[in-house]
Amino acid sequence: MTQLALVIDLNVCVGCSACVTSCKEWNTSSAAGPLCDGNPYGAEPTGTFFNRVQTFEVGTYPATETVHFPKSCMHCEDPPCVPVCPTGASYKRKSDGIVLVDYDKCIGCKYCSWACPYGAREFDEAGKVMKKCTLCVDRIYDKGLPEKERKPACVRACPAGARLFGDVHDPDSEVSQAIREQGGYALMPEWGTQPANHYLPRRKTQLHIHEDELERSDNPLLIDSELPQPGTGEPSLDDVTSW
Amino acid sequence: MRPAFSVIFLTTLIGAGQGLFLALFTAESYAAFDLLPAIAPGFLAAGSLLALLLLITGLGASFFHLGHPERAWRSAAQWRTSWLSREVIALPAFSAIVALYGLVHFSGANPTLGMLPSGAPIKVSAVLGSLGTLLAFLLFICTAMIYACLRFLREWHTPLTVINYTLLGGASGFTLAAALAAQLAPERTGFFAGWAVIITLMGLVGRGASLVRNRRLKPRSTLQTAIGIKHPRIVQKTQGAMGGSFNTREFFHGKSVFFLRRIQWIVVTCVFLVPAVLLAAGVWGSGIAVLAQAFAIQYLGLLAERWLFFAQANHPQNLYYQAVP
Ligand code: SF4
Ligand code: SF4
Repeated sequence: MTQLALVIDLNVCVGCSACVTSCKEWNTSSAAGPLCDGNPYGAEPTGTFFNRVQTFEVGTYPATETVHFPKSCMHCEDPPCVPVCPTGASYKRKSDGIVLVDYDKCIGCKYCSWACPYGAREFDEAGKVMKKCTLCVDRIYDKGLPEKERKPACVRACPAGARLFGDVHDPDSEVSQAIREQGGYALMPEWGTQPANHYLPRRKTQLHIHEDELERSDNPLLIDSELPQPGTGEPSLDDVTSW
Repeated sequence: MRPAFSVIFLTTLIGAGQGLFLALFTAESYAAFDLLPAIAPGFLAAGSLLALLLLITGLGASFFHLGHPERAWRSAAQWRTSWLSREVIALPAFSAIVALYGLVHFSGANPTLGMLPSGAPIKVSAVLGSLGTLLAFLLFICTAMIYACLRFLREWHTPLTVINYTLLGGASGFTLAAALAAQLAPERTGFFAGWAVIITLMGLVGRGASLVRNRRLKPRSTLQTAIGIKHPRIVQKTQGAMGGSFNTREFFHGKSVFFLRRIQWIVVTCVFLVPAVLLAAGVWGSGIAVLAQAFAIQYLGLLAERWLFFAQANHPQNLYYQAVP
């Protein structure tokens, strides 16, 4: 069985929000209708987004790290938001594990958003239905696009390459390897929702330089700065300089 | 959570309707087994009508909660998995039985269908009443399970939620029955008022237990598990929205701890203590005025109680919005 998902590398994300804007751009222009905004040019703009980037500061100054944290629907393998929906508008696709909302069936009761521990669903105040990340279901299968463009808009937009997309049930996929080899983890594992999306943790990149590496071990005088100076009459390498 | 008034009215109104019906049928059952003198069918018919009105008003209030009320019929589809869907089926089914029950008593056409081994007759109203009782309890369960089934809303995820919805609906229904009886069947007032006191006090124990439980709950999710970074000191710097979002509006009640505590005392006083005293006066023969007051105070208290029920539920998604008060 396939389970499509995103893997987000927190070690790479620079918090530029390119994924947020490209997501909004792609999905607000989709056939499923716009992601409506409220008061977009006013003092308190608000609106519907599938994906948001938050920023956290970890530690106490000066030993702090800034972590940018993108969050969208996790496409949980056991999604608590689906069984509670009274209309069947919320469903999880068997074929690829994407959790979707049928905007034509949704009555806007908001019950599913109460049942999602991640706050991944947003009610569209203009459309009066519940919306959430679709993993760009309308582009990843689009035969009209070149193969390499059949990826979610956020993945294509990320300038740092912090977002990977693929099948987490295929052990050889790029995402499965990243999760396996780089300590990928899921959010709030305590609720047993088994999020399909994973995060790769911050990693310390350290380079150890030992003293003997500072000097060339093949340097016969063990002095790098004072190179042997041949006499001026010696043949030169390029016939211009004496050395 | 931010309390939604449509849901507050829905749950309190239908709760009182269910309780009122249970009160009516309790009295009829007592009479059927000769534990009480026969009760006037006119009173039962009027009571059923009142219960029906409460149920319909509650149902009407619920539509204000929906983004697309015109699609509400779709919500009966997922009864296999969704308690909300089950409630949507149980509420009209129960209302229909209440209507039929009222009609039987109003028309006086209440034929005997058979005999119990003890020789007591089985009337149509008794069959309808039993069915209605079953549905009333089912409806209490459905309504409460909508909240109790959400495992990470730990304030709700407890059997106390089901018990309290049942007890509080029952209490307000019996109180209303007592007030109605004071007007239409004064000799039954003591019976209803007595039961109302008992159920109200049981409700005090149940709701008191859940309030104490709420106070002692330790959150299972933390900011650390929410973002997966195991450091004791994490400060949120941005929330992914400038002017707020659905997430900052739907899941926060925006009131102070102080305000919540004040509401809590209003609940204890208005839902339980004052009505219990007024109802006790009803048992000793006070009239309609006192009992109507008891119901009014208890119902207003229940609105506050339901508000508190929602406000006290702490959604784990709030961990991602540390800067919302
Ligand atoms: S993250 Fe929330 S909305 Fe997405 S599948 Fe999981 S529970 Fe459902
Ligand atoms: S808001 Fe829509 S998708 Fe969510 S539970 Fe209600 S009907 Fe289902």
